[in-house]
Amino acid sequence: MSKAHENTLEITLIESINLALNRAMTLYPEMVILGEDVGVNGGVFRATEGLREKYGLKRVMDTPLAEALIAGVTVGMAAQGLRPVAEIQFMGFIFAAMEQIATHAARLRNRTRGRLSCPMVIRAPYGGGIHAPEHHSESTEALFAHIPGLRVVIPSSPLRAYGLMLSAIESNDPVIFLEPKRIYRLTKSRVEDNSQSLPLDSCFILREGDDITMVSWGAMIIETLQAAKELSQKGIECEVIDLATISPIDRQTIINSVRKTGRCCVVHEASRNCGVGAEVVACVSEYTFPFLKAPISRVCGYDTVMPYFQNEQDFIPSTKKITDTVLASFVSQKEVSHAI
Amino acid sequence: MKILSDLVEKETLNFSIARYSILDNKGNIMGALPASISDTKLVLRAYKSMVLGRAFDKKAIALQRTGKLGTYPSILGQEAISTAIGLAMGQKDIFAPYYRDLIAQYLRGVSLKEILLYWGGNEQGSNYQNCAHDFPNCIPIATQLSHAAGAAISLKVKGIHQAALVTCGDGATSKGDFLETLNLAGAWQLPLVMVVNNNQWAISTPRKVQCSAETIAQKAIGAGIEGVVVDGNDYFAVYYSVKEALKKAYAGKGATLIEAVTYRLGDHTTADDANRYRNPKELKEAWENEPIKRMRNYLINNSLWDEAKEKELLKEVTTEIKSAVASYLSHPKQASEAMFEFLYEELPKSLKDQYSEAKYENYSLKMVSTS
Repeated sequence: MSKAHENTLEITLIESINLALNRAMTLYPEMVILGEDVGVNGGVFRATEGLREKYGLKRVMDTPLAEALIAGVTVGMAAQGLRPVAEIQFMGFIFAAMEQIATHAARLRNRTRGRLSCPMVIRAPYGGGIHAPEHHSESTEALFAHIPGLRVVIPSSPLRAYGLMLSAIESNDPVIFLEPKRIYRLTKSRVEDNSQSLPLDSCFILREGDDITMVSWGAMIIETLQAAKELSQKGIECEVIDLATISPIDRQTIINSVRKTGRCCVVHEASRNCGVGAEVVACVSEYTFPFLKAPISRVCGYDTVMPYFQNEQDFIPSTKKITDTVLASFVSQKEVSHAI
Repeated sequence: MKILSDLVEKETLNFSIARYSILDNKGNIMGALPASISDTKLVLRAYKSMVLGRAFDKKAIALQRTGKLGTYPSILGQEAISTAIGLAMGQKDIFAPYYRDLIAQYLRGVSLKEILLYWGGNEQGSNYQNCAHDFPNCIPIATQLSHAAGAAISLKVKGIHQAALVTCGDGATSKGDFLETLNLAGAWQLPLVMVVNNNQWAISTPRKVQCSAETIAQKAIGAGIEGVVVDGNDYFAVYYSVKEALKKAYAGKGATLIEAVTYRLGDHTTADDANRYRNPKELKEAWENEPIKRMRNYLINNSLWDEAKEKELLKEVTTEIKSAVASYLSHPKQASEAMFEFLYEELPKSLKDQYSEAKYENYSLKMVSTS
């Protein structure tokens, strides 16, 4: 058996995050992991399982239950030579940490003109779909994407989770790494534990097509790919782009694609108003207007509070909603009735 | 044993908080000056630093009043705390200051010009050339406390026997960041010293409205660490307590909370007018306790100082400040594109258009050229 083959595992997204964290701990002696229940318990989703046993108390730290503190000490550690990877147990609880993220993590390099920096990662599971209690299911990536100085990264497959996690840790910039927990254990794919990171400034083209550009990220990639498959049977070939690096955004790949297809639909789980989709749509409009054959569309969560889990599927865009929206861009503009 | 209904109180836990002072407000040593802090050279350096700090403060306010500096927070009355911290800390310790600690920063290698650049609205003021690892000034109240805890963790992880020291005001002690840091410092036995500059005012909110605890230091008890109160206008007491707390941290014996009681003799900042909310009588009384006069009296009483030396010192500090101000005023503004240069380690490609826009003032949207 070749070495590469031995290192190739058939794993879920959460397992690939664990694999990447483990790999990074061996690559970076200055790396530490901290958060609530990340040590003995291995994280409530098991992202850090086995790491405390392997790397010890000094490098895998169970913190007191205090999110602002976790973010603050992460800034302090990063500024003083460590490479911390902190877990906020659910994105719904990240707001206490927001002050530290926005006023310090994102700005320390800038305000000291590079004298100090924050090579740190804050991981948080996000999004709905697992029947979790209130406050456990929101998608608020846009709040972070609006803060200059941060990188916001969202993987959508085990393979990309591995490579993006490694690059997030490798980066000397602060990275908010949001994990779509709905697909933590949805599928398995082959991941080679080869220390290879992925670029933090590029989208991924998951499917090529000439008729419409679909831009999505996180768990919605699943529905978007499914929609692309169904649309293909109707003769519409979708180009599916996984935005992945939400901020800074890779406009170029999207622009190039829309210039080719002439159509664009953005799909995200977060609420529509001021969502990251708005930025994608604005930039497509600014840079590809002469190429557009139909209005750009968005398929998003509603501008409502995420409902409790009995109704969460009513909030999360369905494959049907995506296919219907795409089909509408192929009807002449006169026939489309838009509620404005 | 007290019996209350059917509950039996088996034990009463008692805690106490020590208050330290060495130098009274007339400049007399109460008891004896600990030998470890009586080195004449060090004492004279402390006095000179306080005088320099006060003269700089006066100049900074004058610069602000004449439009040559941005909003500036005066350090008037708090010179002893900052001086003691600056002299007690080791160069390899890590300092996370609040915004009234310029004397400690100066003693640790931050230049007066850098301090002026910072308050003058230039980020280069936090790129300390001779103080590589200290944190910059922290404006969002209390947020620096957890940075210092993070720094203390980094020392612990790396096995370095140094400490982190953080300062904050009395207002900061109402914030979660303060209490969360205090709690962690105890739970993890961090090599951390937390010094509260209790200057009695958080802008217009007096200490008593902030918190009903008799002392701020006693908050340490809830976190399982030692808390002490010192006279913050007494350089010796502050120096001694900070030095002891640092030694304890170096020895792996955990964190200390020091409440240094002082008084903000100035306005909150140059944008504030304390006459709106502060009783002039209270201010007058506070001047009786200010830190520099008592130190001068001590030095004179011990034949270490005289009028000629005072004159000479004032001349010296004026020259030093003048030269820093001249250098600050002639320091060029940064280029427009400098706002991009340290945002990320490398400029992301998505920001390249904006970078050239700022640099070349080229505002045309590259609708077709971007391909």
